[in-house]
Amino acid sequence: MKKVQFKSSYSQYLFLAPQLGILLIFLYWPIIQTFRDAFTMQDAFGFGSKFVWFDNFLFIFDDPAYFIAFKFTIIYSFVITLITGSIGLLLAVQANNVMHGKSTYKTLLIWPYAIAPAVVGVMANYFFSERFGLLYHLFHELWGFNWYESVFDSYIYVIIAGSWKQISANFIFFLAGLQAIQKSVIEASMIDCKNSFRRFWTITFPLLMPTTFFLIIINITYAFFDTFGIIDTTTIGAPSGETRTLVYKAYMDGFRGLDLGSAGAQSIMMMLIVLVITIFQFRYIEGKIHYN
Amino acid sequence: MTRFITSSFSHLILLIGILIMVVPVWMIFASSTHTSSMINMNGLQMFLGDSFYENYLRVLLYQGGFFKEITAFKMFFNSFIMATGVAILSVVTSLMAAYALVYYRIKYATLLFWIIFITILVPLELRIFPTYSVMAELNLVNSYFGLIVPISASAIATLFFRQFYKTVPDELLESAKLDGANTWRFFVDFLIPLSKTMIVAMLIFMFVFGYNQYLWPLLVTTSEQYWTVVMGLKMMSGSIVHRFAFVMMSMVPPILIIIVLQKYFIKGVFQDK
Repeated sequence: MKKVQFKSSYSQYLFLAPQLGILLIFLYWPIIQTFRDAFTMQDAFGFGSKFVWFDNFLFIFDDPAYFIAFKFTIIYSFVITLITGSIGLLLAVQANNVMHGKSTYKTLLIWPYAIAPAVVGVMANYFFSERFGLLYHLFHELWGFNWYESVFDSYIYVIIAGSWKQISANFIFFLAGLQAIQKSVIEASMIDCKNSFRRFWTITFPLLMPTTFFLIIINITYAFFDTFGIIDTTTIGAPSGETRTLVYKAYMDGFRGLDLGSAGAQSIMMMLIVLVITIFQFRYIEGKIHYN
Repeated sequence: MTRFITSSFSHLILLIGILIMVVPVWMIFASSTHTSSMINMNGLQMFLGDSFYENYLRVLLYQGGFFKEITAFKMFFNSFIMATGVAILSVVTSLMAAYALVYYRIKYATLLFWIIFITILVPLELRIFPTYSVMAELNLVNSYFGLIVPISASAIATLFFRQFYKTVPDELLESAKLDGANTWRFFVDFLIPLSKTMIVAMLIFMFVFGYNQYLWPLLVTTSEQYWTVVMGLKMMSGSIVHRFAFVMMSMVPPILIIIVLQKYFIKGVFQDK
């Protein structure tokens, strides 16, 4: 904290009030309602609701579709993190290597970051449509690709659609991380180790750890929440619910099924997952990596 | 010689990366300049056709059958209002809140810190129906206010501003105090000019964030008059080339902003040179 500060006075609340006000009304109030929904059950005719303890949670644990969505979300975030992280790192290392054109490459690779996931999904749709989709026909020739029926193929579809734009974010963050490494460290390592491949994995990559873990969190959050627009414009869960993320399933249950109790319980389960990931990051990972 | 080979290899990899990014978008663009019958017969195109003006003008201005009540032009207008509103509201409130957290000796500073920052862990997607019912209770469904404010309820920019303020040397406040500046003057005359890059970076970030919203506008606008571009993708009908044209236009504003203001964005977010 700052050594020099202003004394506490009423004016501090004037600075805090706008943000706190918005957060209380449009964030805390809905969160309280989420908890209320999760522990109550709506009357079938909408006349009232009653407190049902953990019934809504028991129902979602009994629902095989919940575990299918859970499994898919885990696989999806893992694969997206792996693919976008490694391609982003590969590109960033190459861009950091070249003498000329570094900023041109940056410009040519940064823009997909700005495209909305829903727009990416609509585009992916054109490449995977049965009628004229290039990738659909290419994969169909290779192994009889058909995402309408095969779970594996529908995974491939949403993984490609989900990874494409996220490569850009990984590239920018890794490049910034690489440029932050001090020149003297790299020069010293060049004297000690002639093999550039080994040098990268033993010197550079460990120094990139803070960036890597930051990106893991960013990518997991992206796969959990931001991919809603992608799923909703590509498979819509096809073949039969196997490509629904947890967020997508909660939304569908709440919106189509009008089951707010279940949607609330599913939201709270997701809050717990996010909390666990965050605590894991702070407690376990942050302590193990070295910042220079 | 080895230097030349490794650097050629780097350029090659980067070129492949760029092609993976550019080719899909280019093909949709090229296809959007053809006629529908051409696409239906021959699939996606690699080269430009001659229906560019025809297709794009029709998508922008056609009212009635194609978009029922709303033109694509109106959707762009709505998206701009929404994105600009989200950017300004969230950046201004975050700038102020971060100022109070860093520059005041507040009694419950830790508690306030957590009240504000724990919200980052609860994205809108996790509280979407209750947020909707709050908006319905406040009579804010189908309004620009309803599109903007729940998206602006975000502490991400606050986190960035707080980090930035902490790197500002203490001497700045000391000398400002000697000059007789009060809290408001110090904030407006000293801190805000110093935070210019960070402010622009956060405005870009929140503008793109607001523009790209999909689920929330889908839920909170039942009247077509408030439809935004990104949610409009789901709603639009019409022939295939018109859909291509609409998709292409929908991505232009955020891409343009990111490319033109790239320097500020990268500098602010990464504190890069």
